[in-house]
Amino acid sequence: MADTNLPSVETTHHEWDGIEELNTPLPRWWLWTFYATIIFALGYMVAYPAVPLLSTATAGMLNWSSRGQFAQEQAAAKAARAGTEQALASLPIEQIAADPRLMGAAVEGGRAAFKVNCVQCHGAGAAGSPGYPNLNDNDWLWGGDLRAIHTTLEHGIRHPGDEATRMSQMPAFGRDGILNAGQIADVVSHVRVIAGAEAPSRSAQRGAQLYADSCAACHGAEGKGDRALGAPNLTDAIWLYGGDRAALTQTVTNARYGVMPGWNRKLDAATLNMLAAYVHSLGGGE
Amino acid sequence: MTPAGASVAAPKGKGQRPAPPPPPESLYVRRADIFPRAVDGFYRRLKWAIMAATLAVYYVTPWLRWDRGPYAPDQAVLVDLAHRRFYFFAVEIWPHEFYYVAGLLVMAGIGLFLITSAVGRAWCGYACPQTVWTDLFLHVERWIDGDRNAQLRLRAAPIGPAKVMKRLAKHGLWLLIAMATGGAWIFYFADAPTLARDFLTGQAAMVAYATVGVLTATTYVFAGWMREQVCIYMCPWPRIQAAMLDERSLIVTYKDWRGEPRSHGAKRAEAAGAPTGDCIDCSACVQVCPTGIDIREGPQLACITCALCIDACDAVMAKIDRPRGLIDYATFEDCRAEAAGAPPVPIRRTLLRSRTLLYFGLWAAVGMAMVLSLGARTRLDLSVTPDRNPLWVRLADGDIRNAVTVKVRNMEARPRPVRIELVGLPGGALWDSLTNERSAARGLTITVPADQVEKRRIYIRAPRTAPDNYALRLVALDGEPAGDTDELRFEKPEEGE
Ligand code: SF4
Ligand code: SF4
Repeated sequence: MADTNLPSVETTHHEWDGIEELNTPLPRWWLWTFYATIIFALGYMVAYPAVPLLSTATAGMLNWSSRGQFAQEQAAAKAARAGTEQALASLPIEQIAADPRLMGAAVEGGRAAFKVNCVQCHGAGAAGSPGYPNLNDNDWLWGGDLRAIHTTLEHGIRHPGDEATRMSQMPAFGRDGILNAGQIADVVSHVRVIAGAEAPSRSAQRGAQLYADSCAACHGAEGKGDRALGAPNLTDAIWLYGGDRAALTQTVTNARYGVMPGWNRKLDAATLNMLAAYVHSLGGGE
Repeated sequence: MTPAGASVAAPKGKGQRPAPPPPPESLYVRRADIFPRAVDGFYRRLKWAIMAATLAVYYVTPWLRWDRGPYAPDQAVLVDLAHRRFYFFAVEIWPHEFYYVAGLLVMAGIGLFLITSAVGRAWCGYACPQTVWTDLFLHVERWIDGDRNAQLRLRAAPIGPAKVMKRLAKHGLWLLIAMATGGAWIFYFADAPTLARDFLTGQAAMVAYATVGVLTATTYVFAGWMREQVCIYMCPWPRIQAAMLDERSLIVTYKDWRGEPRSHGAKRAEAAGAPTGDCIDCSACVQVCPTGIDIREGPQLACITCALCIDACDAVMAKIDRPRGLIDYATFEDCRAEAAGAPPVPIRRTLLRSRTLLYFGLWAAVGMAMVLSLGARTRLDLSVTPDRNPLWVRLADGDIRNAVTVKVRNMEARPRPVRIELVGLPGGALWDSLTNERSAARGLTITVPADQVEKRRIYIRAPRTAPDNYALRLVALDGEPAGDTDELRFEKPEEGE
């Protein structure tokens, strides 16, 4: 092994504590590569938008811009989607459901549209809140098949100015003086008994007769409700406004009229179809 | 750059040194052309063998076939970027199994420690692509232009038909090899026979031509023009490897205690009674060096430990009737011992020592772990993501429903019927979003296409009295005992809610 006094290697004549710095110049091609990158950068500045000005930037000679490229890509994506969009807008919802590919696109599109238009009332997960139906469950006031959901979306519930809107009106039994407070308490007892929330009682027995006279016309003799009228099923586990005594008393006394807009004025046919498909896909669709 | 005046303190206390040369004019110098001489010997033949093996592996591998049935490619080694699959003979890697690639990288890292601590920069000298292709290009150059002296003469010769012809032939051959290099690379990424046909008929994808173009250019420039410059200026490896050597790693070294003083006319010097070393200063070792250095100046960064200087000097020693190994693979420790008079140490003694054995143990352990986990991995995989919003839904009859998204991965090259079963949750049932509640049952059968992921949204219903915990179990229905189980929590309202 040789010692480290390298006779043929130049030093830079720097020495620190006996350690000398070898002079190892870089090869010239390295320098030329560096110049080449500078030339490339200059060319790039001329060809592409590069120099920032006050409110814009130099345009570059190739007329390229990231915005322009984005617009192009958007147009291409739109063109690729055109067929699907056309079908979603023109086909009835039943035919869309028959085509798994269209239905997949509809559900995804509906998911997006729901986030914009529906979450304010029905919540981000479509789980609703008192007065605003949970769209995930399998209880439907007006029907839960695709067509029924679509009609509700289109014309809304009690939407003023729409002839075809879905209407149901429960009398305000207390406020309008049809029943007195004691009678209302009895009806509430009866309803809670048929809903399985309370044991039969004398009050409930009295309420049964009152129910048959005043309520059965809409809610049915057994309290199963009537979808044609939008009358809720009183025997299931789901209460739109709550099923405890206070909430039920309140409902019977003053009646409740939830309102949903008819979306056909604001949304196009494709979006209505997509929303119907999405709501139907949430797990309760019939 | 040092101003000339700053050099005053130079040779303090080293009076015997010659006056320092004047500082160079520039920080940049023209590359000195190197014309390495041909050499023969043990290490040269070893290099030929390794070159043949590595080139054969590189060029032949994409053409090996491996039957995987009708649903998967039949190429033994294939990186299928479009479908995000990696095929390596019987092993198929999916993106989520990237830890196998990570494991290979760990093995490569430990392997680097192992090899470097045992035999120094053997990678650089023998197996590095830059070394292999540069060696090949040098060989082509010698074949056309002749050996070192002929090349020097040719460079000095004026331009004439003979010189032009030779230059054209050399660069043409270089470009052909470069193109074959780039061409072989793309075959790892697509079915090789199809791609070869498409490529030749101009129907291959643009990226294929671009890749071949770029790799042709880099191979031609790196192996034809830049050669040792890549090793010295561009490659980080020598710095890393040099830092991993220790006193007992093998490096190529010149035994100055035996060679010095160099005796040009040994006979005469001996007759005059002057001390003589074994080195006759014939510069054979310098002439054969592909990086153009003089190993007699000591170990240096530019040395790729290719050992060609060992072959060259051994031949000289044989001629002057001296023992071989004036330049040889040796460790620092052995060098010190030998300089003090101990006999040369056989190479194998340096290979087996605690450091190399430790690295080997680690390396082998990672390898074993990978092989074992490859053998034990399941090719049918279930992953379940429960819905977060809403956590649960109360149904009309008072039952509670949860929704989950399941993904079933079928990593085999055949469609597989599988069943997703509900385990636990008495009174519970499930159905998927493609059907509805009427088809609720304890399980659900789906067919997952070959080599695909099937994603389904599944609804699970149970009375609210059901226990909290349940599982979804994946069962292969084709008889293979492969499947997976995911433990889950059944979300339901708090009491009174
Ligand atoms: S000094 Fe010897 S081992 Fe090192 S690169 Fe040159 S020929 Fe190869
Ligand atoms: S080949 Fe051997 S003898 Fe010749 S100069 Fe190199 S070390 Fe000395």
